[in-house]
Amino acid sequence: MIEHGVLSTASGEYPESLIDTLKKLTMLDGVSGDEKPVRDFIIELIKDRADSWHVDNIGNLIAFRKGTGLGKKVMLAAHMDEVGLLITGINDNGLLKFKAVGGIETRVLVGKRVRIGKDRVPGVIGYKPIHLQDDSERKSTVKKSGLTIDIGAKDREQAEASVSVGDTAAFDYDPVEFGDQKLMAKALDNRVGCALLAELLKDRYPFDVYGCFTVQEEIGLKGAKAASYAVEPDAAIILEGTTCYDLTGTDEHMMSTRLGDGPALTVMDRSVISDRGLFRFITHTAERLGIPWQVKRTISGGTDAGRIQVSGRGVKVCTISVPCRYIHTPVSIMDKRDFFNVLKLAEGTLAGLAGWFSEDGNAGAYGFDQNQSGGESDV
Amino acid sequence: MECRDLLKKLCSINAVIGREDAAAQAISGILSDYCDEVRVDAFYNVIGLRKGQGENPRNVLVSAHYDQIGLIVTGIDENGFLRFTNMGGVDPKTLAAMEVTVHGRRDLHGVIGSKPPHLIPPEDSDKPVKLEDMLIDIGYGAEQARELVSVGDVVSFRFPVLELKNNRMAGRSMDNRSSVAALVEMLKELERIRHRDNVYAVATVQEESGLVGAFMTSWNLKPDLAIAIDVCHGDMPDAPSDESFPLGKGVAIAVGPILSRKHARACIKLARQEKIPYQIDAEEKDTGTEAAVYSSALEGIPTLLLSIPAKYMHTAVEMVSLDDIGAAARLAARYIAFRDELDQEGDSND
Repeated sequence: MIEHGVLSTASGEYPESLIDTLKKLTMLDGVSGDEKPVRDFIIELIKDRADSWHVDNIGNLIAFRKGTGLGKKVMLAAHMDEVGLLITGINDNGLLKFKAVGGIETRVLVGKRVRIGKDRVPGVIGYKPIHLQDDSERKSTVKKSGLTIDIGAKDREQAEASVSVGDTAAFDYDPVEFGDQKLMAKALDNRVGCALLAELLKDRYPFDVYGCFTVQEEIGLKGAKAASYAVEPDAAIILEGTTCYDLTGTDEHMMSTRLGDGPALTVMDRSVISDRGLFRFITHTAERLGIPWQVKRTISGGTDAGRIQVSGRGVKVCTISVPCRYIHTPVSIMDKRDFFNVLKLAEGTLAGLAGWFSEDGNAGAYGFDQNQSGGESDV
Repeated sequence: MECRDLLKKLCSINAVIGREDAAAQAISGILSDYCDEVRVDAFYNVIGLRKGQGENPRNVLVSAHYDQIGLIVTGIDENGFLRFTNMGGVDPKTLAAMEVTVHGRRDLHGVIGSKPPHLIPPEDSDKPVKLEDMLIDIGYGAEQARELVSVGDVVSFRFPVLELKNNRMAGRSMDNRSSVAALVEMLKELERIRHRDNVYAVATVQEESGLVGAFMTSWNLKPDLAIAIDVCHGDMPDAPSDESFPLGKGVAIAVGPILSRKHARACIKLARQEKIPYQIDAEEKDTGTEAAVYSSALEGIPTLLLSIPAKYMHTAVEMVSLDDIGAAARLAARYIAFRDELDQEGDSND
């Protein structure tokens, strides 16, 4: 049934150890531009799986898996960075000024704990007590300008002894498994992609595989640009943790994805329109293997796919995501079944991708789409 | 136990207002190490007695409330999300993406979710998210959620204690576990001092919703002197300077209409003599603490209010200094033991 016999999770047996790896990954800090702790961990994880690996100038980790003969290059990409804070100033009273690195809503910062820099100096983001707020303050939203990080320092000098302007700060939240197969953690966007990509590097494929763990996605897809320039892939699959707004009271068409409904495939977002043929191939694979899947409904947000698609002579791209509630907060939540189904779907896709290359993968180049009569609905 | 560890232990206890029953035993266990006897009353006030060693001992009441603000479940919706409202002074602006524990049939982990900003209509964009538009995500569908949770279950905020610079500690429920820590530290101090009076060290309930525990406690014990220990606002850049007090600069001794002028003055004098760091907290109204109950309880109990400065009160990151807890404990203990000697110096009347 599976051409290349690489679908290790076909039995439905989930490798729980992969959840442990994921948890460890979320406990590392890798705010955009400061991804080293995450990269070092992943290097340890993949160095015996890859035929070779290197870290490029911008900080991407690129692992290479030689193919068994098909002269195609497939890029698998997952960004290592997470949203966080950048220390931008130290006040005379010892409080730290900061700016958000990547998209963080101001209101989710209130009352949170962070750790700063290499030494993980603990700090908290406080707020004016409700008792001291006047009527207009009580009725207004959280003002970003009033927020600072408090590490308990008495004054600037004391703060400067442990923190410098330019240090990054990450949320200080440990993962929790709870509910019905749920995992809460910080930085599920995109340690889920990192964990899955590392897992996929265990197998050998007909085509060359470049496992690209990219940097600086959250501030504008920077790393992917450099990585795809170097790799010049024929096709790329991007593994992500994506938004999930399925809370009660949300109109269905505004729910980007729904937790537990399976891997989310991107048709279009702010950065890219996925390759139609590759998208269709992945959905067929899901149907064939009985893996639930969903289309990401909203078109907000962007992924590395947008940069990879337009690199070199152009790359066929598609993004497969694990739906995550409350991404870009310290408490994002995923369903473990979705996570493993993304793994299954990615494995199934890679197992069949050599066939897709020969039948469909080059079709666009000739203006044909041989699969048009396949009858897939126009989602 | 060192004060640092004591405070951590106290903060790990969950006692949402009115649901102190599950916590009373733990509090009682901590007090019993330093008291001659400890009992828990019908409302779960935990009353420790350290007997006086002098003739004709009077009764001194020292109290610190041990309840905490939290949330209460008001509904379970068709997708298994919980609706809730506040118990005590919770600022909705501090709730986004908070970790919570739902005290249902068993303790359940949860996260507070709300509509993302791009789904909020523009006319509401400058308004804070309302409590009724938030929900708690416990990761279960409706059927399982309804099995595990009932309307009326309480919810506590989940937050570990962080150790920061300068002996500062941050976490939820520093209001008022830092004062319970001071109460215990005071008892430790009293073990080293001979004191004439009976000392009732009481961890009280339901302060955050109407100072409830203070009422029956003062009626039951009929003390000659009441000392309430609570938190006051810590100094922050945007807080009024006369209503907030720097951390690490000592215990705040309250003065004002409801407080005994005689005792406050004597207490300040003692702090100065003993070089216990202190600050003066002028309270023009009823203080919002248990002191308000004591001062007009029975025929009026002479009352002192000692406060520990806490930054960011009623958020999950309330911050206090261990030094201030120590100062409050030392001052309370020494005032109980030495107040008569101070009085003799004729510094009182009103």
